[in-house]
Order: sequence, then structure tokens, then C-alpha cells
Amino acid sequence: MTPILEVQDLSVSLGGRRRWLGRSIPPVQAVRGVSLAVAPGEVLGIVGESGCGKTTLGRTILGLQRESGGEILLDGKRVSGLAPQAARRVRNSIHYVHQDAGAALDPWWSIGRTLEEALAIQGIGDRPARVAEVLAAVGLDAGAARRYPHELSGGQLRRVALARILALRPRVVILDEPTSGLDMSVQAMVLTLLRDLRVRYGLTYLFISHDLSVVRRFCDRVAIMYLGRVVELAPTAEVFAAPRHPYTRSLLEAAPRLTGRRAAEAAPLAGEPPSAARLPPGCAFAPRCARSSAACRAEDPALALRDGAEVACHHPLERAMA
Amino acid sequence: MTVPALAITGLRVGIRSDEGMARILDHIAFSIAPGCILGVVGESGCGKSTLIRTILGILPPAAEIVAGSILFEGEDLRAFSEAELNRAVRGSRIGFVPQDPYLALNPLFTIGAQLLEVMRWHAPGERRSHSTRLVELLRRVQLPDPEAALARYPHQFSGGQRQRLLIAAALACSPRLVIADEPTTALDVTTQQQILRLLRELVDELGIAMLFVTHDLGVVAELCDEVSVIYAGQTVESGPTAAMLDRPLHPYTRALLACHPDRSEGFTGIPGAVPSPLRAPPGCRFAPRCAGARPACTGRSPAPQWPEPGRSVDCILYEAKAAA
Repeated sequence: MTPILEVQDLSVSLGGRRRWLGRSIPPVQAVRGVSLAVAPGEVLGIVGESGCGKTTLGRTILGLQRESGGEILLDGKRVSGLAPQAARRVRNSIHYVHQDAGAALDPWWSIGRTLEEALAIQGIGDRPARVAEVLAAVGLDAGAARRYPHELSGGQLRRVALARILALRPRVVILDEPTSGLDMSVQAMVLTLLRDLRVRYGLTYLFISHDLSVVRRFCDRVAIMYLGRVVELAPTAEVFAAPRHPYTRSLLEAAPRLTGRRAAEAAPLAGEPPSAARLPPGCAFAPRCARSSAACRAEDPALALRDGAEVACHHPLERAMA
Repeated sequence: MTVPALAITGLRVGIRSDEGMARILDHIAFSIAPGCILGVVGESGCGKSTLIRTILGILPPAAEIVAGSILFEGEDLRAFSEAELNRAVRGSRIGFVPQDPYLALNPLFTIGAQLLEVMRWHAPGERRSHSTRLVELLRRVQLPDPEAALARYPHQFSGGQRQRLLIAAALACSPRLVIADEPTTALDVTTQQQILRLLRELVDELGIAMLFVTHDLGVVAELCDEVSVIYAGQTVESGPTAAMLDRPLHPYTRALLACHPDRSEGFTGIPGAVPSPLRAPPGCRFAPRCAGARPACTGRSPAPQWPEPGRSVDCILYEAKAAA
């Protein structure tokens, strides 16, 4: 089966300035050589800590940010190498749900007007019917169209954000931290809704999150990112049962679990990630890694398939001992 | 029996608004022993922040304590004057770790100036011994290069390091109680793990009590000895963390745990929404969303029950069991 979305060796650099006098600022390598493929109907989780490049990756796939290298393929057709406006035109089956649903809506516009605007931009007719349909699909009553963002709760705003993109009949949806800032009881309902919509509208999700508990339940496969690179990519069950990359293991151990304090308490990962502007040579995780060797500091390992999981590591953990 | 570091009973706080009196806190009760971490858990709008402000005596002018007592090491905090609270309680005997380490430090002053000011305020004089003690504290909270840190500005530190600075500030005047308001929500998980580990060590080492306010049950499971669950301004269940996670008593606690992705297969959620404190239902505020509610639940507030040693639950269903 052709992947619906494929990213090959994608790199994105942000900022950077060359000044006539004085010091020039080198660009930050936010995404460095990421390759992944998403099958139709799949939920691919993209997990990492702040600054790892997961949001930049999402924005680049969407077309808001131009890539500095690599290819993006949609249905096997190349859609990269375009300026942002042209990129959005060819990628209009990809849509994005913002992390902060409240901030993404205009406080002066009613929900109905906001939803119709997207349809008007795309030149779609019979807008009121489409708006009513998507509001019903996300579990809001038709009266919500006349209301304003401040009248809605956090959970309802998420529903509006989903309705807004559903109106455009997306095929791939990039969800940026769809559950952050939500209470547990609301989060559960938003996830149920996302699951229903995926089946009903035949959607494919890129699920960007830092919440490992949610990712574990929701995603089919997970890509773990560290400082702009995918360090591990494998089916969710595999990643959680037997992480291969030392960073993945540290991340899983750090996540608070309801089971409470673990019997054999592993030492927390020491230190903090280096700045993306001053990356160490070789593997970016090596300075914090207990297994690092001279090879790690000399050469950045490439993502390679090892019994069922793709790992970028010179000394991956064995399946049995992980 | 030792005097609890903090004991709150029957606390009720109201805020006057245009639409009448809103009972933000209805009945809150818990106590914390020295050397113990109590997690106060609740969803947004349950009154967690109001509770902290009530204890610290920094409620907004429209709010007032209607009933209840707040005993801090056996002394009634409500009897303290503003000046006494400033001089001898806030920032000295009660330390505070805020939620957002990015907002809590003034970007225009060095770390040394900000942290030493707190120490000077509570113990004037002895400037030199203060900075020696501060450097020691910064070393204790595992801040890299503590001597140089005093001359640096907040923007030169990462989020995790800033939270370490604020923990040091909370400990600067040797408090007996530290109130931590979601201190790790702004941090990444690996940093969160480091900070939780640090807090645990400090509580064990210094024998202080800690009130840890959070919405994250996973963090409670990792860190807290005891837990008190709040729903819409009412304490619904208190007791040891392990027992609560193992056998939740109150229907709300059960529903909340069932929502957690670590527990549930499908995502259920809790139908309905938290009631507005202006139009809170009489009696148990969870009753309208509770699967086991009976007509009596909305008639009157439940009386606290102790179905197991050390565990309390405020639910009418347990009153019937106790009577039988």
C-alpha cells in the first residue's frame, strides 16, 4: 500500500541572520534528516520534549514552514520544494489542529462565522448545511454556531477546532498536543471523539504529544524525537514494551504512572538537552547517555531497522534486556 | 501524637459577585503531618488555587472565609494580622513554590538580588552569612555552579533550573510547610522527574510538610504519601495514596481514575460538567454526574465517614453502610 504521507530526509532550519557588521547568527537546525511514512488510516504519534522539533515537523508537513532539504510526498506525489502559499494549495488535504484551541479562534467572530470562513476560502458552497453537519459530528448542538469562543469551555473549544477542519474534508490531520491543558475527564471525551471521527471520516492522524500515557493508548506507531532527529520509530506496543534507544527508555521511565513509585528505581536522566543552536558532534544524546562511546561522539547514527524497530543508535538496547 | 503542620477543618470560602455569593470552597478538610507530602488533586475550577490563597491569606478583597479553621502548627492562621503574616508566616514559616517558573522571577534583577531580598526581609542583618547560606541551598537543589548563579539573570537559566531556584527561595527561611502549586506542569517529563525526586529528598531530609497541589494523578502516585481529592470546592476523599489508587472510595475518585489513560481501555470521561459555584446544587456537588446518586444526595451535605483507618470519604452511600 502506498503511504498517504511520506517524508524523506526532511531538514528544516529556522532563523539565522547574516549581518553586515558584527556577528552573524547561524540558523537552528530544528529538524534534521527525518524520514517517515504514514499509512492511510494510521495514527502516528510524534513524541518528544520541548524543543525537539515535533511542532516544526508538523508545520513543515502542513506547508507553513519551508523545508531546507528533503522531500514530502502526498499519495506518492512530490509536494515539497514550494513556497508556503503554493505548498498549501497542493497539500489542502492536510490540515492542522492547533494546540491552544481558544487562542486559534477569533474572539469577535461567532463560531458559525469562523467555520464558514474556511469554507469560503476554499470556495465551497452550501455553507450553513456543512457547518451544521460538522457541528453535529463533533457533538455540539446547532445553536453553538451563534455563540462566541468565550462562551465555550476548553473541551467545547477543542470540538470547534475539530469541526473547523472537518468542514474542509481533510484526509491527513496533524493534531498538535490535542489534550494538553485539558482535565482528565474532558481529555477522555476528546480522545473518544477523535477515535470516532477517524473511522467516520477515514482520517489519518499525526498525533504530536508529550503525554506518553495518551500516546500509548491512542497511537498505532510512535516516532520518538530528540533534538530534531527521530531516534526510534516502532509500533506503539513495541516501543513501550521494549524501548531500543536509551533516550526512549529514559523518557518512558520519567513519565509518571499510576502504578506509583517503581520497585527498582532507575536514576533520572541527568542534565538537560543541549541547545539546538549548539549541537554536539555525533549523536546529540551522547553527552547524557550512559552507553555512549567514542563512536557516538564522532558519528551521528542513522535510523536503521533492527528486529522490528527503527533505531538511530550505535549501542541500542537488546530486546531481551530492555 | 505530633501536632500536624497544617490542619484544615470545615473550610468554606465565598466570593461576592454581581450574581450573589459564590461558594468557591464549600467544605474542605485535611491535615498534613511533618515530613509528609499531601497531594491535593482536583480538576480545573475545583478551588485548588483559592485554597492556596486562603491558607496564605491572600484572598481577593471580594472573598471571605465564611467558616472553618486553618491551624498551622497548632496556631489559628485566621487570627494572625496582615503584618504578622508578612513578617513571620508567608515566605518564612510557610514557603511557596509557584506553578510557572518563567513568570515568578523578575527578569531585571539578578538571582542573588531576588533571593537575598527574601532572606533579608525575614532576618535582617548578616548579609554575608545569607549569601553563604544561599549558595549552600543552591548547591543542595543541584543547581550547577551555585556561586556564579547569584550574579546571573533569570533568562540565563532553563525552566528546570528556574524551578530549582524557586525551590531554593521557598526553603531560604527554613519553613515548616511548603506549598507547591503544580510546580512541574510547565516542565518536560525528564525534568519533572528530577524535580519530583529533589522535592522528595528535601522533605525527607528537612522534615518539613508539603502541600502539593496538582491535577496529575500520575505525579501524585509518584510523589505523595497522602492524597486529598477535591471536587467543586468539596473534599470528597482523603487518605494514603496507595490505598486511594488501589481502592478508591468516592464515586468521583473512581470516575476520575477510570478516565486515566493508564487505567482505561476505551476513553470514557465523566458526562456533564463541573457546576458553577454560583449555582451549585445543594448537598453533594457531584450528585448530578454520579451514577450511584440517590434522592437524598441532593438534599443535604454528606457527613464525613471513616470506612477504613486513616481514610475519610464524604458520600451518603457510606453513611448507609456505616449505619447498617
